[in-house]
Amino acid sequence: MTAENKRNEAMMPDIPDEKFTIIGIDENAGEVLARKRISYWQDAWRRFRENKIALVAAVILIVMIFFIIFGPMISGYEFEEIDNTAINQGPSAKHWFGTDNLGRDLFARVWQAGRVSLIIGLVGAFVASIVGSIYGGIAAYFGGVVDDIMMRIVEILLSVPYLLIVILISVITDSKSLGTMLVALTLTGWCGIARIVRGQMLQLKSQEFVLAANALGVSPIRIILKHMIPNTMSLIIVAITFDIPGYIFSEAFLSYVGLGIQAPQTSWGALCAAAQQNFMFYPYQLLFPGIMIALTMLSFTLLGDGLRDALDPKQRK
Amino acid sequence: MEEKMGKAPNSEYILEAVDLCKYFKAGRKQYVKAVDHVNIRMRHGETLGLVGESGCGKTTTGRTMIRLYEPTSGKILFEGQDISKLKGKELLHFKKNVQIIFQDPYASLDPRMTIGEIISEGMDVHMKLSEEEKEKRVNDLLRKVGLNTEYANRFAHELSGGQRQRIGIARALAVEPKFIVCDEPISALDVSIQAQVVNLLMKLQREMGLTYLFISHDLSMIQHISDRVGVMYLGSIVELAPEKTIYSASKHPYTQALISAIPVADPEADTEKDRIKLEGEVPSPLNPPSGCKFRTRCRYATERCAAEAPVLREVEPDHFVACHLCE
Amino acid sequence: METNEKILEVENLHVSFHTYAGEVKAVRGVDFELKRGETLAFVGESGCGKSVTAKSIMRLLKPPVAEIKPESRIICNGRDVMKMTGKELYAFRGDEISMIFQDPMTSLNPTMKVGKQIMESLMLHRNMNKKEAREEAVRMLKMVNIPGAEKRVDNYPHEMSGGMRQRVMIAMALACNPKILIADEPTTALDVTIQAQIMDLMRELKEKMNTAIILVTHDLGVVANFADRIQVMYAGQILERGTAKEIFYESRHPYTWALLSSVPKKGNESKEELYALKGTPPDLILPLNECPFASRCEYCMGICKEQNPMETSITDTHKVSCWLMHPKAPKVKSFYDREGR
Repeated sequence: MTAENKRNEAMMPDIPDEKFTIIGIDENAGEVLARKRISYWQDAWRRFRENKIALVAAVILIVMIFFIIFGPMISGYEFEEIDNTAINQGPSAKHWFGTDNLGRDLFARVWQAGRVSLIIGLVGAFVASIVGSIYGGIAAYFGGVVDDIMMRIVEILLSVPYLLIVILISVITDSKSLGTMLVALTLTGWCGIARIVRGQMLQLKSQEFVLAANALGVSPIRIILKHMIPNTMSLIIVAITFDIPGYIFSEAFLSYVGLGIQAPQTSWGALCAAAQQNFMFYPYQLLFPGIMIALTMLSFTLLGDGLRDALDPKQRK
Repeated sequence: MEEKMGKAPNSEYILEAVDLCKYFKAGRKQYVKAVDHVNIRMRHGETLGLVGESGCGKTTTGRTMIRLYEPTSGKILFEGQDISKLKGKELLHFKKNVQIIFQDPYASLDPRMTIGEIISEGMDVHMKLSEEEKEKRVNDLLRKVGLNTEYANRFAHELSGGQRQRIGIARALAVEPKFIVCDEPISALDVSIQAQVVNLLMKLQREMGLTYLFISHDLSMIQHISDRVGVMYLGSIVELAPEKTIYSASKHPYTQALISAIPVADPEADTEKDRIKLEGEVPSPLNPPSGCKFRTRCRYATERCAAEAPVLREVEPDHFVACHLCE
Repeated sequence: METNEKILEVENLHVSFHTYAGEVKAVRGVDFELKRGETLAFVGESGCGKSVTAKSIMRLLKPPVAEIKPESRIICNGRDVMKMTGKELYAFRGDEISMIFQDPMTSLNPTMKVGKQIMESLMLHRNMNKKEAREEAVRMLKMVNIPGAEKRVDNYPHEMSGGMRQRVMIAMALACNPKILIADEPTTALDVTIQAQIMDLMRELKEKMNTAIILVTHDLGVVANFADRIQVMYAGQILERGTAKEIFYESRHPYTWALLSSVPKKGNESKEELYALKGTPPDLILPLNECPFASRCEYCMGICKEQNPMETSITDTHKVSCWLMHPKAPKVKSFYDREGR
């Protein structure tokens, strides 16, 4: 009842008569856009920025990449420079991360090792995603028997342990360089992405906008280039981000067990392996490369999480 | 309907489906007969409504008729010429003449393209236009479907459902088609927006002499927009007649049940009394009933209906029914 | 049988969604009441707040994105729903009030037999043992006209058709004998013939169980001979409310006229244009101090763009929020009626 009274009171103020002439619809006011224009990538960037954790991960990665590029120069030492007068020194003003059992500056070595690890991570993931995308795209586009055969091949490849392949390749080529490891890792690494791309493309193929393009007579190549790939891009980017830590860890693991990078070149895994022998006495030698591996992997994973949330069109409002 | 005149036609019909079949494979040696020996003849400038419950094959029929799906068997004639086997350039030419508008205004526009790019996609294929000509045409089309030209460089997700559907219409019109399949274009829209889109489609038809195959499950909208109506059940056309006949003098029991199930916006209308209730639901298309596919839900079903499938025959001029009762 | 006992009162309901672009005020001051055994329909287009209102009654909206403003009051059977704790809410949903949704597939658990899903709530809310619950579940399935109910209890949802699943949903919702049933677009996803079956079933159950029903729908046709009272909603507000006859025959709000005349009428053979509203509903991020319908209204007056109109009573049941009801406003005739019915 109180609401009723309030209403009647509000009706009371005298409203001038001219307010009650019908003015109808203002034709021009109808379709004005209330919100400002944003493209897909702008919108994704807005959402990404809101994700503080992913943002921190991205900053950490940028800082690490900066040091990986410039770190060895900052230290003032060559990474392979042996100094017999300064063996196994702890962190100090002279050697920020200390030195190893040959007196090499660890600060220079950690960043030099980071180059190898990061190159493996980045190149491995990119090569794998390019190969995987093409493979998955072809399988999805042709479908039917082609798709069946291509996907069975992927399944077979996935069932072969990559350690076996690495050993086989290093035996056959008789080398344990960066290149061999890359080949070994990407040989089966693209399979995951191929599956993701195929799944997405199959889904896109039956989407109405692709059917519409078909009805317009747009050629298959153009449909792939203009509709399928742009709409798979975000998925591939996320997959790459999630793949990078996998490659970094695989490299670290291989180097740790001695199948990877050989001296005097080094990587985080190799540094860990070397440090492990003297771990009881010089724990910092293991600590720094260990932290690097953990930090990079964590950052890439968190970044991937953020990217996935930002790029997923289903979350758009 | 004088204004609905097209170009001098080569044939009385603009598009004909003759014994058209489209089967989808579903597991080993099992087929879903989504379109099963369908015969439709579309006249120049008319609107043929195609109704039926979900899974009856109306959408597949529409898509197969414009070769979006490859027909399993049967012929499709466009202005008298068989186009079911065309390839390459000739197929491209056919595709310029027939277009489609989709149901889902969200899935039918590429989220990564601007509205301008979406509308001009067909022009890029079929017309050699300079950038300025293209822009002018996009603006013309936007105005034609009642949208602000400012939308050209916006993205689909910034638009409402009704606006998106207008973009879908503009994209189809861009290549100057003669025939458009409207595949449930209003089902996903709100009532007031539905009316906008239907009015727009009817206006465009008057102005451009288009022929529509209008697919919908909304019988009252079909009645409003169509000149003739075809009723589909499990892949077959059971009745095909002018709109007035379908709604007042239908002969097939299924059509009668469908018509009487339309909810009436009138509290005093006693729908209970004269409604023909249909028991049960549509059988699985994987193993449809023998004989007449509707017999399992038909209250007049006889032994003959189980043994023999009725064929679509003309019982009155321009009124086709597939039912043993109407012989 | 009909008593005038109020079982639900909602006052000044405000619901907001917090999104990146700002606060979307989805429901803006809705009040209504529901009597025992009565059927009330919320009619409106998508985004008008009808579904949000219905979900708020059950407190089904997830915070922190959705917020029911503290000034809102929801009283069900004398209990304040806004103040209920988690446990109380859980008992409240099911015992007193339950809900069926548009898409039965998403509200049924796909990995659980339908009978078991019904039995679960029976055992929980009505303290039945397994055997009793199973018998009751079969009885419920029979009540919603599922043929072969004894066998069907052991089916999984995917083994059933859409109409069948919706029947199961109804059986589940009614299993604990709630006083209020909220049906959120229960027939929208179904075919016409199935839609008619489900509406018949709901009509039958309404009479049998004397449950009050809130029907949320965009389809005036479904509502016409089902609802006792109808509320027409737009942009989070109720623009017009009244008995079904008042809304269909004597509506006073231009938006109601537009809704009624934008659907082709059965048996109407004219091929003239349908009445189509121009433009789109307002963005609910905007504050809107004017009449929300002003920008699309043929009879928009100066005052409409300055102030939101108050609700005017035409009869005890029929209320309209429109400046045209003001004594100074010009008299306009409904454009819906002129087409005849």
